Amino acid sequence: MSIVGKSEIRVDAFDKATGRTKYYEDRMPAGALYARIKHSEIAHGFVKSVDTSEAEKIKGVVKVLTCFDAPEIDFPTAGHPWSMDPGHQDVADRRLLNTHVRYYGDDVAVVIAEDEVSAVQGVRAIKVEYEALPFVLDVQKAMEDGAPQLHEGYPNNILKHTSVRKGDYAAAIREPGLKKVEGWYDTPTVQHCHIENHGCFAYEENGRITVVSSTQIPHIVCRVVGQALGRPWADVQVIKPYIGGGFGNKQDALYEPLCAWCSTQVGGRPVRIDCSREETFVSNRVRHAIRFHIVSWIRPDGSMAARKVDLYSNQGAYASHGHSIVAKAMGSFPQLYPCDNMECDAYTVYTNIPAAGAMRGYGMPQASFANDSNIEECAHAVGMDPVEYRNRYIMPLGFEDGFSKNVNYYDSHRECLEKGKELIGYDEKIREFAKDTGDIRRGIGCASFWYNTAVWPIALETSSNRMLLNLDGTVTMQCGETEIGQGADTAFAQMAAEAIGLKSYKDVRVVSCQDTDTTPTGLGAYASRQTYVAGFSIRQTAEILRNKIFAYAEKLTRQSVGNMDVRDGNVVRKNDVKVLISLSELAMTAQYNPADSEHITAESTFTIKNNAYSFGCTFAEVEVDIPMCKVTVKNIVNVHDCGNLINPALAEAQVHGGMSMAIGYGLSEQLLFDQKTGRPLNNNLLDYKLSTVMDHPDLEAAFVENPEPTSVFGTKALGEPPACSGAPAIRNAIYNATGVALHKLPMNPHNLFAAFTEAGLIHDSWQEG
Amino acid sequence: MYDLKALYEAESVEHAIRLRLEHPEAQIIAGGSDVLVQMREGKRAGKELISIYGIDAMRGVTIDEDENIRIGSLTSFSHITRDPIIQKYINVLGEAVDMVGGPQIRNIGTIGGNTCNGVTSADSASTLHAWEAIVELTGKNGVRRLPIGDFYIRAGQVDIRAEEGEIQTAILIPKASYENTFGYYIKYAMRNAMDIATLGCSVNVRLSPDKKTVARARIAYGVAGPVPMRAQSAEAVANGAEIGKEMIDRFGLAVLNDINPRDSWRASKAFRQHIAVEMAKRCLFESIKRAGGEI
Repeated sequence: MSIVGKSEIRVDAFDKATGRTKYYEDRMPAGALYARIKHSEIAHGFVKSVDTSEAEKIKGVVKVLTCFDAPEIDFPTAGHPWSMDPGHQDVADRRLLNTHVRYYGDDVAVVIAEDEVSAVQGVRAIKVEYEALPFVLDVQKAMEDGAPQLHEGYPNNILKHTSVRKGDYAAAIREPGLKKVEGWYDTPTVQHCHIENHGCFAYEENGRITVVSSTQIPHIVCRVVGQALGRPWADVQVIKPYIGGGFGNKQDALYEPLCAWCSTQVGGRPVRIDCSREETFVSNRVRHAIRFHIVSWIRPDGSMAARKVDLYSNQGAYASHGHSIVAKAMGSFPQLYPCDNMECDAYTVYTNIPAAGAMRGYGMPQASFANDSNIEECAHAVGMDPVEYRNRYIMPLGFEDGFSKNVNYYDSHRECLEKGKELIGYDEKIREFAKDTGDIRRGIGCASFWYNTAVWPIALETSSNRMLLNLDGTVTMQCGETEIGQGADTAFAQMAAEAIGLKSYKDVRVVSCQDTDTTPTGLGAYASRQTYVAGFSIRQTAEILRNKIFAYAEKLTRQSVGNMDVRDGNVVRKNDVKVLISLSELAMTAQYNPADSEHITAESTFTIKNNAYSFGCTFAEVEVDIPMCKVTVKNIVNVHDCGNLINPALAEAQVHGGMSMAIGYGLSEQLLFDQKTGRPLNNNLLDYKLSTVMDHPDLEAAFVENPEPTSVFGTKALGEPPACSGAPAIRNAIYNATGVALHKLPMNPHNLFAAFTEAGLIHDSWQEG
Repeated sequence: MYDLKALYEAESVEHAIRLRLEHPEAQIIAGGSDVLVQMREGKRAGKELISIYGIDAMRGVTIDEDENIRIGSLTSFSHITRDPIIQKYINVLGEAVDMVGGPQIRNIGTIGGNTCNGVTSADSASTLHAWEAIVELTGKNGVRRLPIGDFYIRAGQVDIRAEEGEIQTAILIPKASYENTFGYYIKYAMRNAMDIATLGCSVNVRLSPDKKTVARARIAYGVAGPVPMRAQSAEAVANGAEIGKEMIDRFGLAVLNDINPRDSWRASKAFRQHIAVEMAKRCLFESIKRAGGEI
């Protein structure tokens, strides 16, 4: 390979750096109306009435629509492939506007106006009368008998409960000499905080409805809009321009259905919905807060005799991705540190907080925090170095998962741990830091994570691709996998150039904008699958294109197809690499041949029936100022085995971004709710402590490149894995520094103050009595 | 797009006073980093604004004829940080305002706006209290000067007489305050940039000629109560005391007699008390070191 594996400059770099790139707002039709949403001001209850009279008097207000006007159609929102099996379809519990409001911020009414100020004034002028109901915010309290019920048909608010049973846990824990290492591990509700808030606009044209949206999943949104409006899916066209990040929040249908419906209510005029940051925090999606209870029974040598894991996932008010997230989290436990006797139970539970959906890591940042915190405590319990403990008991080489059939083809975990150890200088530092005894102490820690690449065999994996040979010998390519800022288009261009035999990745024009009317069907950006799955259809479509090129070249050159190849943009004779004809000459001839014209194109779909493990770890070095309750991350290293790197510079950037999210998740981020009202307290970027560049050390990304055997290009997941193991690595470094084992994220000064006080490291004499 | 009723732009201090008398309901706007945010949130939606941002006479740092340091109210945070007079005589003020938000906010935000907001968390406020700044207000009846401690009435309210057309025109640091004085500020926040103070502590000292004792110590906090405040019990401990670790510890504990932080979702009272003591000690330690003392 020559084009794949190089740190090429992003295909969209120039336009993004100079501000030319067009996002949904840059494509706004003239005269688009502004729709602004009236959100619920109670956490749970029924809307009795909505007084719109004052709002309708405001100059510029065109129409006010309330929950009593909206169609009574329940629809699902999760960005999952449609399942032909009704038992595997996403839960349909959402409406465009709600008479039964289930969280503070639910959608009650919408004001459509000529300008933004009038729309906002209209929203403020709406008066809603509620019948308030009791509400519940805590996941375990919501499961109690008598807790407020959010949805019919889900007793104790349990959306779903699944289990893993392996061996005989009850018998195994009777083995003499076992140590019990038990803990509760609590993760917070956090939000994606992509730089571009979600927004969209919609209009009707020729009896169909078009939605242009900041989304990761145009083809899925097309389906959901059809479902929500009760119209045939084919009536809907969704266009996805460049977007300013998504991290999973935009792997859901957000306000596209409401926006589309609003347009139909004003005669098909263009209507825009632009979420504010405050709305993005509350009325889009969040990451599930998952509470874990882990009981590990270990032998004196540290080996795991039995393990019990309970997972309680706070779904919030609506199902969105639902149980998929905690199910994935639970699935990692029997694999990452295998144990013969396990009992795992995962619950997804409705509560009156914002709906949780997909977020970078899909359950694994939570699972990694719980699992690698407990594993760290297991190492301590037997007096073993934590890295050594992992080396002994983490997933072995050759491990095969019975369900996904994923195979651990290489000893990735140990190779990553070894590399991380060297890069951060683990052995010397752990010795040196052990001497710290004062107010300021240093520590070092690590954590591993489990991940897989795509969604097979849980759901469909399909990738479609279209290639057109242009007259200048370049190739235009369309695919359903979306660019969301991660650099996918560049990777696709590199892979396509390689597969076809073009000279440079610049000879592939990736059509970045997906339009469901014209783009081959793909399912968008989610899991960490795009480079992996697109690789299959790119290779297959390139083969079809090459064969068409050879067939035409045979007519022109009289050489046999079997002896042809494409190299550097020329058709060559394989045996002596003689250039037979350039692609440009071939394309021109084929197009303008009066006797035999042909526009050479290729299109195909590949159904992927593989998945691939993608593993790695984080090492973190911290300095803890005990009296100030502050942690500074001094060094942090992520090591990943994501197979062959398609573009090393982009891979490194991907890892840096994930590490940054992990630092925020570990140290500062948490969406808070008023316990008395359920009102969100800090849904803005001042009070929600997203970490800044000033809170980061230099981020170091390293790779172990073991080519993935199932992948055309030897590649596998890297989108989400970098966000998984950072928080527990920092946690374990704090443990190493202070001897205090923290059980709750974020490890911010408030939680450190409580933990250090409990541990006796902080002693405020005046607080006594 | 902001929901504002009208915008009047003042060309001079006199013009601003006239506009203020003509439009008594109007809100004064300088850099706008607070007012526009509040307007967007709906708190000040639909209001009239009087912009004083174009009055260059209110910008800059000078030494006046009485040897006061005079900081024009429209002087931006980034200007203050880089100003040679500030750096020479009251560097800690430059350091404190360099912790406001991020670079863009520090370029647009003004020290006048920071104080006129009347919020306890303002990064300039604790240092201005600790250095006994004088606030200069100009209205239809001329200039009125008052100590900054009297300027703050309660949370969100300062002593500006709109009915007299007053605007804040300068902040003064008297020579008696800054001469031979060294200070240190700690902003305690949940992250290292783009944040609001959980607690701010500003200490300054003047040492005896032999640098063995504290001739004068002053300490002030932001967010330790509804408005910025001095901690006089702590000052009494340090004033005239011999420099030493034990004195610093007593100084720290004494602040508990003065401060009154509240429990809120942003931080508990117990946590704020804990860090207040620690910050007082660290600020005093650093101030003494900057003044040439040894501990």
